[in-house]
Amino acid sequence: MPLNIRTYHELTDPDRSGLGEQIATQRRRLAARLAAVGRVIVVMSGKGGVGKSFVTAHLARALARAGRAVGVLDADLNGPTVAGLLEAGTARLVVGEDAVLPATGSDGVRLVSMAQLLADGQPLAFKGPPAESFVWRGAAEAGAIRELLADVAWGPLDVLLLDLPPGMQRFLELCDLLPAPPAVLTVTIPTPESRDAVRRALRAATERRSPLLGVVENMVDGPFAGTAGADLAVEFGVPVLARIPWHPTPDTWAVLAGRLG
Amino acid sequence: MKFLCVECDRQMTFEERQLPGDGTLAAAFRCPKCGRAVALLTNPMETQLVSSLGVKIGGATVPAEPLETIRGMVATGREDAFTDGGERATGNGPSWSADAQDRLSRVPGFVRGMVKKIYADYAKERGIGEITPAVMDAARSELGLEGM
Repeated sequence: MPLNIRTYHELTDPDRSGLGEQIATQRRRLAARLAAVGRVIVVMSGKGGVGKSFVTAHLARALARAGRAVGVLDADLNGPTVAGLLEAGTARLVVGEDAVLPATGSDGVRLVSMAQLLADGQPLAFKGPPAESFVWRGAAEAGAIRELLADVAWGPLDVLLLDLPPGMQRFLELCDLLPAPPAVLTVTIPTPESRDAVRRALRAATERRSPLLGVVENMVDGPFAGTAGADLAVEFGVPVLARIPWHPTPDTWAVLAGRLG
Repeated sequence: MKFLCVECDRQMTFEERQLPGDGTLAAAFRCPKCGRAVALLTNPMETQLVSSLGVKIGGATVPAEPLETIRGMVATGREDAFTDGGERATGNGPSWSADAQDRLSRVPGFVRGMVKKIYADYAKERGIGEITPAVMDAARSELGLEGM
């Protein structure tokens, strides 16, 4: 004889833990924090080693030099490099009552990175049971990204650039965290291997209805042969915003910044 | 998460949360009709999964601190990653006994500022002028602060 157990929804007293409401509060906090940010742009690629952080840092600086208020969130928690490129890798973060102030990097770019938080040479490790950490590590990283967005006093920004790690996981987390799917700036190198990896990333972005801003083809006129940038641009109906040579000049970045508007 | 006393067909009410410090968690609920109490016990992995989401079983006991999940969970943080600004830096608030300061100094620098703020707020809200180890113990127990 089964027990007569009422369902969760049939119990009308409030749920004291309110886990759903706690999550909703987190989302509201994040949305409020980003309300003064004009555009959130993720710099991503399905492939590692194509220069996402390099492009992010120099694009941020070019936008700042053009008079834009620019923030950078280094969303590559396990391989943070953009803070170093913006010369603020070891900046201490000031904690206020309600938020942490971002560091100020080259050309006045505001940024926060795990590089500023980790001990020298140490990997990102979490407290907790090491056995079967795969169960909770992804949630911990997503939680860290949420806090770096919501608990940092970004202030009014024209653009917040998010430098993503290789792969799609962080992008998908951001789509769930942000009030709207972020605009996507894709970085590739010319090779067909890069094209194929980036294609998957762009398809994922399309499925999430993220606006595709265009493709940046990096490391052209070097040892990497191919037409990845042009191929992807045609396939997804987006512009090639820049073809970055091995030795770019400030003008290279200024042109890219200008094309982003 | 709700608990039902099947015998009485009544929703049980949250009683208290305990964090013994070994990564486990106990949340007690009591039936308002028959008075029977039951405890939800989570293993370290389950506790960690919930903590990773930045939420608290039984509800939050203190307001969220900036980057509290990061500061509370990262094991490889820089000792001097954070510095206090604004009102935090002025030093206003309850004083700290020597023993309490010594205990606080043993908290890793990465999370120390946040821990200090939580204890200071606890004392301030209760009109406590000096924070001692006993006050820290009371706060830890009352607020459910694991490892603080």
